[in-house]
Amino acid sequence: MIWIVALVVFIMLAAAIAVLVLENMIAAVVAASVVSLALTVIFALLKAPDVAMTEAAIGAGLSSLILAIGLKRLGYWKTTDKSNVSSGDNHD
Amino acid sequence: MTKYASLLFISGLAFFLMVITGFLPIGNSPMLVGNAILDSAKDQVGAANVVTSVVLAYRGLDTLGELSILFAAASVVGLVLTKSSFNKSPKEIEKPARIESEDSGFVAINAIDLIFPLLLVVGMYIITHGHLTPGGGFQGGVILAIAFSMRNIVRPKQKSVDHGVVTFIEAFAGLSFIVIGLVALFSQGNFLQPMLDQGQFGSLWSAGTIPLLYLAVGLKVGAELAGLILALNTDEVND
Repeated sequence: MIWIVALVVFIMLAAAIAVLVLENMIAAVVAASVVSLALTVIFALLKAPDVAMTEAAIGAGLSSLILAIGLKRLGYWKTTDKSNVSSGDNHD
Repeated sequence: MTKYASLLFISGLAFFLMVITGFLPIGNSPMLVGNAILDSAKDQVGAANVVTSVVLAYRGLDTLGELSILFAAASVVGLVLTKSSFNKSPKEIEKPARIESEDSGFVAINAIDLIFPLLLVVGMYIITHGHLTPGGGFQGGVILAIAFSMRNIVRPKQKSVDHGVVTFIEAFAGLSFIVIGLVALFSQGNFLQPMLDQGQFGSLWSAGTIPLLYLAVGLKVGAELAGLILALNTDEVND
């Protein structure tokens, strides 16, 4: 069990760092929801299924939806990689 | 300077917490209320899920507080973000680049149409079985809200969710929660005290008013969050 938790924590850390370093905003939102999904696994392993369901529904589902809507409203919703990312960087 | 100040603050807080945890007796829990609830919840409330009996029976007033917090948050978002006659933005505010006000692509629309009934079933299952299995009104309500708002997002022009209906469901659910609590107050003597027959332990029709309360919570949370996402999303479409 300790190795599963270590693996999940490693996935969480990697996803959390990926949120910072990814240049594509949509990929960053997806990475942020991966953090919540991995946290859900930890809650389920700790025998807290209620909290795990809340984390999956709110952390992985609803908050990424709200972040995605925010990206769309701010004009950062760009699926192509390089050419548009540079223009997106000018905004911030 | 601010960085060093916050670093100092955080390290001081960490030291404080470490000192506190150093004094805690690890292993034997000082929690007496939890054990008492675990012992008596089955007979007093009759819900198979002890978390539910804590959330809705022993700490029902806190749940009402959470609902009002959610209501306040959703109202503020609706007030700030929806376009009404009060906050018509002046023309000089720079409009962000509008990306897509038309429908999404083939894959997104058909995937959402495929998933939508399944999400409804899962959400309603989680709400109605909140007193038996893990989960309940909050989780199921969030799933319902996600289902409806996904439909609205992939087809922005087609008004799949009417705002008046959402507001009505939200108001009705909140009112019925409070009314059930008040009926319990006048008939049993405590606000939100479990009423009605407890039924057979572990069956769907058990635990008295707990499933009704969770249904109200689920509908309220679902309607509130759907309205919130609707308010976040409509502005882009309308102007």
